Amino acid sequence: MENTTKDYTHIKGWGIDADPENEPTYPMKKYTGDDHNRLNWIRPVQQRADVEILHSNERPNLSAVFGTPQPPSGISGSIRRFAFKYSEGSYGHWLPLILADKINVIEGIIDDVKHGHIPNFFAEKGLKSEWKYNRKAFVQKAFIGALITTAVVALVMKKKK
Amino acid sequence: MNYRGPRRIRVSQKPHPELLHPNDAIVRVTRSCICGSDLHLYHGLVPDTRVGTTFGHEFIGVVEEIGPTVQNIKVGDNVLVPFNIACGTCAFCKQELYGNCHESNPEATAVGGIFGYSHTAGGYDGGQAEYVRVPYADVGPTVIPADMDPDDAVLLTDVAPTGYQAAEMGGIKKGDTVVVFGAGPVGIMAAKCSWLFGAARVIIIDHIEYRLEFARKYAQCEAYNFRSLEDPVVFLKRTTGWFGADVCIDAVGADAAGSALQTITGKKLMLQAGAATALHWAINSVKKGGIVSIVGVYGPTGNLIPIGNVVNKGITIRANQASVKRLLPRLIEHVKSGVLNPKGIITHRVPLEEVAEAYHIFSSKLDNCIKPILIPPSARV
Repeated sequence: MENTTKDYTHIKGWGIDADPENEPTYPMKKYTGDDHNRLNWIRPVQQRADVEILHSNERPNLSAVFGTPQPPSGISGSIRRFAFKYSEGSYGHWLPLILADKINVIEGIIDDVKHGHIPNFFAEKGLKSEWKYNRKAFVQKAFIGALITTAVVALVMKKKK
Repeated sequence: MNYRGPRRIRVSQKPHPELLHPNDAIVRVTRSCICGSDLHLYHGLVPDTRVGTTFGHEFIGVVEEIGPTVQNIKVGDNVLVPFNIACGTCAFCKQELYGNCHESNPEATAVGGIFGYSHTAGGYDGGQAEYVRVPYADVGPTVIPADMDPDDAVLLTDVAPTGYQAAEMGGIKKGDTVVVFGAGPVGIMAAKCSWLFGAARVIIIDHIEYRLEFARKYAQCEAYNFRSLEDPVVFLKRTTGWFGADVCIDAVGADAAGSALQTITGKKLMLQAGAATALHWAINSVKKGGIVSIVGVYGPTGNLIPIGNVVNKGITIRANQASVKRLLPRLIEHVKSGVLNPKGIITHRVPLEEVAEAYHIFSSKLDNCIKPILIPPSARV
């Protein structure tokens, strides 16, 4: 190896944690010695499930605590329920979840409109900062976008005629 | 902060969080960060990221309310909250694997609960907000030492421990050559922490010039742009006497650039759990018998990685989410003594109301951004 003979002690903190006596070498050497007791721990108090919580089929129950803000709903929720019939190692689990995420985005837009909120895509994408810090690329992208839109519109109009 | 879909977020009013378990606390956030791994969510790469979620797993704040069984913190305490949600009593927590708690995430068994990190990590709302529900308040939240700068404290919730654990898992010995892939906040911190274990040479690889320049100054390491190298693996072999590095750290994860095949299959078509380019390079650049340490976040599905090379080279791979609670005592001492200066990586301070701009700046690597922190309105008074 190169450079191992150089002196690096001028770097603040160099070697400070290198004492083997003071090195936890995580997680390889970190055993409690009572691994055979792993199923005997006293579970924390169970949080009440007031909303639908999906749980992995690799465990028999809900964990003692969990998040509740976005329970499954709509078409995406149905797909998520289907996904949780499959184990975490299965594409039957993850691919439907990815599909559900995409449908959920559309559901979010529909929900916004239903509640009288028209999403401001420019603001939501933070494009003010693109204009501020990366103006050339912003203009380029806008120009290409406009060009493609014009071409598509022209093509559609031509077909209609 | 309210996620509306890939690369779309906005600020909106949500109901005030409530105590849902006797060991919960409600924390008023005073600082939160955007993490590089939040970008995987922001880019839509993590399955079961539901519309309406609030991201944010790096935050500090003031305890506003506690449940009836909470004993270790009290109302009014300034606390830093590790990103792992951990019960402290299950078999894995007892083994100090706080990132793998069995009682904080019903929806997956591989990973424990994480604030604001999709339903795959428990479905919790995160700390890029004014208030947040903190479960197991007796376990994770740690009172910030009175003399500690809050900017240092907020970086002890994830970035500094993750960088430190990356170096620790590398089993670095005095005289080792360490290569870190990714000059984002965690990569820079991993490079910095590699010196603590006695590395003789630390190299960082990225493709954004300003990040490389920052890494050179902050972590005092060598820094190379893989875009200017014909082949980063060959370069790293050559510069290590054709052996390879003793330790390689993947601090990139799912969003890696640098390989068209990986980008198309991992990020565009989502046929992999993200682009594993950095991991490929790490496996191929490490010496035979070396150690690859992975802290870059990947999704749960499969990845195309060169497992044959892992076997043939006799590589040890070590990987995990950082167990912040285990590392905090040591890292707090390092910050107090000046060995570590986490706040030195903060480049942007953004009002929470401008979170969409902050994400875009960080994600698109604009304005020389290394690490943005968000300040809620109540913390600016």
